[in-house]
Amino acid sequence: MLEVHDLTVRFGGITALDGVGFSVAPGEMVGLIGPNGAGKTTLFNCLTRRYTADEGSVRYEGADLLAVAPHAIAALGIARTFQNLGLFPRISVRDNVLVGAHHRGRSGFLTAALRLPGVGREERTLRAEADAMLARLSLTEVAGHPAAGLPFGTLKRVELARALIGRPRLLLLDEPVNGLNSAEVAEFAGTLRALRDELDLTVVVVEHHMGFVMSTCERIVCLDFGKKIAEGPPAEVQRDPGVIEAYLGTAV
Amino acid sequence: MNESPVSTGESTATVSSGSAAGAVPRARAGVARWRWAVAGLLLLAAVYAPFQLVPFHVFQLTMVLVYALALLGLNLLVGHAGQISLGHGAFFAVGAYATAIPLARWDVPHLVTLPIAAGVAFLLGLALGLPAMRLRGLYLALVTLAIAIFLVPLLKRFEEVTGGSMGLTLPKPAPPAWTGLAEDQWLYFLALAVALVAFGLAAGLLRSRVGRALHAIRDNEAAAEVMGVRLSYYKTLAFAWSALFAGAAGCVYTWVIGFVSPDSFVVTLSITLLAGIVVGGLGSQAGPLFGALFVMFVPSISQDVNKAAPGVIFGLLIIAVMYVAPTGLAGLAGRAADSLKKTLRKG
Ligand SMILES: Nc1ncnc2c1ncn2[C@@H]1O[C@H](COP(=O)(O)OP(=O)(O)OP(=O)(O)O)[C@@H](O)[C@H]1O
Ligand SMILES: [Mg+2]
Repeated sequence: MLEVHDLTVRFGGITALDGVGFSVAPGEMVGLIGPNGAGKTTLFNCLTRRYTADEGSVRYEGADLLAVAPHAIAALGIARTFQNLGLFPRISVRDNVLVGAHHRGRSGFLTAALRLPGVGREERTLRAEADAMLARLSLTEVAGHPAAGLPFGTLKRVELARALIGRPRLLLLDEPVNGLNSAEVAEFAGTLRALRDELDLTVVVVEHHMGFVMSTCERIVCLDFGKKIAEGPPAEVQRDPGVIEAYLGTAV
Repeated sequence: MNESPVSTGESTATVSSGSAAGAVPRARAGVARWRWAVAGLLLLAAVYAPFQLVPFHVFQLTMVLVYALALLGLNLLVGHAGQISLGHGAFFAVGAYATAIPLARWDVPHLVTLPIAAGVAFLLGLALGLPAMRLRGLYLALVTLAIAIFLVPLLKRFEEVTGGSMGLTLPKPAPPAWTGLAEDQWLYFLALAVALVAFGLAAGLLRSRVGRALHAIRDNEAAAEVMGVRLSYYKTLAFAWSALFAGAAGCVYTWVIGFVSPDSFVVTLSITLLAGIVVGGLGSQAGPLFGALFVMFVPSISQDVNKAAPGVIFGLLIIAVMYVAPTGLAGLAGRAADSLKKTLRKG
């Protein structure tokens, strides 16, 4: 479904990604790990066309992803959440989620201004869907609240709801359990597994929480200083000397 | 609220969402009903007012509606889409001239000039917005300011068409006999009708997918794009629609005043409009109305306070309002209404 080949991204003197390559099969849940600054978020930013790759290629469902315009990524079925939240603070939680369905809607300036019947129909359908998604993620009580001022953990769920309402086939999660306590992490792992089966998702998840990654992912890719240093099943990667060294290196 | 305490845990999720889903729309319906009541009362007062006031005051209210229309457009761009324009007076002027020239040359019926003015302003907004909306912040401010600065000499230059510095004098729309209205009242109702339609269009636009896309751009451009919002498209069209409303305002202005000249549309008009919407309340539905009242009445009040330096008083008042009410007069009124509701409920 996703094939990353030889991907390189440089920022001035820093090589954030250095010839990274891996692939993700449909329905897989892949973990992307690595110490701080390894290039995980940079990789997501390439996949969603926020950053331009200096070298390499990305193929998604057979097409060249790097030739797609940034706003057209969503319509291809790719959705993401952000490490440090990328919400719209002044609009309500429900509206935040509805923006996630933007690419599914058709109403334009003129049809909306004239309140043509199609606009109302589309709006009702999407609203019902958004409300169902909010209920699913226990967000109904804050639906009318502006996103600003809500707890971090709640906002992470809002981001997930916003990503899911776009009906993605490929979901990219950047540190989804960061800041959650262990009970919440376990709960989130359960929710994610259920959602994946239900919605037929392919997931790539960046996480520092090893327990979460090891228990949810079928395969793990480990980056360090922009290079892929290991890839394989969780148990294997966990025992990999290179991975252990990379993590010990940062722990000291 | 009177619902039982609800847990957010997984196991009770269905229960909690069930009860809360019932409560939330009820609260929303309450707010909506309250809003309709206020809007209804306002409309009633608006229809009643011209029969109670002397012609000069009716004229002043008509001008409030004209400014409200222009500010409605500016609010769409600045308050909702988060972009800036220091040149919206130019679109107001274009609307005014797109009304005046056909009236002067071909003696067309007044109502025909409204779509002409709105259309010309829209197309010009589209043409200028296409390059301008690739810019941000100060650069955008500068380019839009340049539009306003260039317009006045341009209007003076093409004298055969625009009447040059002398301007154009035009017939005002005459009240049909069956209405029994005086001219000032008829003009007022025309302005009211245009304003109501425009506010209706803008409200429809803002509560749709388009309005959400604009809000998303305002709040977080990068995230909006990841959600599939095409930034250049939405910014350019927001600019063009914003120009459309300003053009419509210029059209009604020409009907009401019966005269256009370049010196009515100097850069100060653009700056005053921007100040008006910021003071009125950016991104609020009532903001344009409050801003229009401010733009219409505060300069003349300043004149009364100090004849020598009305500009200084006007400026100080803007600063004072922004200090007391950072969210504008609409925000202040909203808070006042909330505390009033609370005391009423208690009492
Ligand atoms: N826009 C940018 N400009 C300059 N340097 C950048 C930019 N984005 C990332 N970098 C650099 O690229 C490297 C990789 O950063 P990235 O955010 O991808 O790391 P990460 O693996 O997500 O780390 P973390 O676990 O801390 O989130 C870092 O050295 C970072 O400073
Ligand atoms: Mg990161």
